[in-house]
Amino acid sequence: MLIPLSHYLFVAGLLLVIGVFGIFMNRKNIIIIMMSIELILLAANINFIAFSGALHDMVGQVFTMFVLTVAAAESAIGLAILVIYFRNRGSIEVEDVTLMKG
Amino acid sequence: MIQNLLFDLFSFILLGSAAMVVTSRNPVHAVLFLILAFINAAALFLLAGAEFLAMVLVIVYVGAVAVLFLFVVMMLDVNFAVLREGFQRYAPIGALVALILFVELALFVTGSTVAPGAAAARLFPTPDDITNSQALGSLIYTNYLPLFQLSGVILLVAMIGAIVLTHRDRKRAKRQNLDVQHARLPAETLTMVSAKLGAGAAMPQPKKETL
Repeated sequence: MLIPLSHYLFVAGLLLVIGVFGIFMNRKNIIIIMMSIELILLAANINFIAFSGALHDMVGQVFTMFVLTVAAAESAIGLAILVIYFRNRGSIEVEDVTLMKG
Repeated sequence: MIQNLLFDLFSFILLGSAAMVVTSRNPVHAVLFLILAFINAAALFLLAGAEFLAMVLVIVYVGAVAVLFLFVVMMLDVNFAVLREGFQRYAPIGALVALILFVELALFVTGSTVAPGAAAARLFPTPDDITNSQALGSLIYTNYLPLFQLSGVILLVAMIGAIVLTHRDRKRAKRQNLDVQHARLPAETLTMVSAKLGAGAAMPQPKKETL
């Protein structure tokens, strides 16, 4: 791999930081929070791919596929929960979610 | 040389669009920037030599997940102005946490090197004579077959869960029920009314529909 590993790690680190920042900034908007989680998982994937390329090991790419699978399943379930929450309450303000406690 | 330039370009667009995802006012724009971020991440995957996963990222994320987000954003009639109320209030603490996290990560990245024994500890070295998708396929269908099957089960569970959660049995919807129709008797539906001359007959009240 021609590009040094540390460049990839910096980009992935910045992406993760942007994702965490997005979760803090959009405390009320759960759709943006889920997009931020997708960004964080993408940062993890970039790290896996970068190490896989730098060390010439295929296992990183295999794991990236599993992370992609879990991320897709997570966003599908999360959006389904969001839809039924909106149907019941008429808003998606996550600060009211404590009302869902048993 | 050209790889370095492309890496800088793609990572710049990736980080810029990721920043736009978390700060944009309109959630539809946020989803579109998310698509741009994923496409540029796929380009970074290509530069690192993971061609198959780059294409999978474009197909799965841009083709499925981002469209799902877009669908939900457009389907729910949400007042997004209300949801942005705490934006300014949370900005300082969010920036502080992000800065601390980034400094820690930067210290880690700059201060660490790959251990000399790392090459010997590889599990499955990348073969040079076959393509990337061939190498990945020969790995996930042999050594990682149980995990691969399990990820399929995860997707199945997610699909069933999403359907079960969002499906609602509409009792008000009028559906045709053939068995009920065939079992109907004339006595249940027809009433004989003997109307007096000049007075007419009262309309029989239909049964109230129960919801």
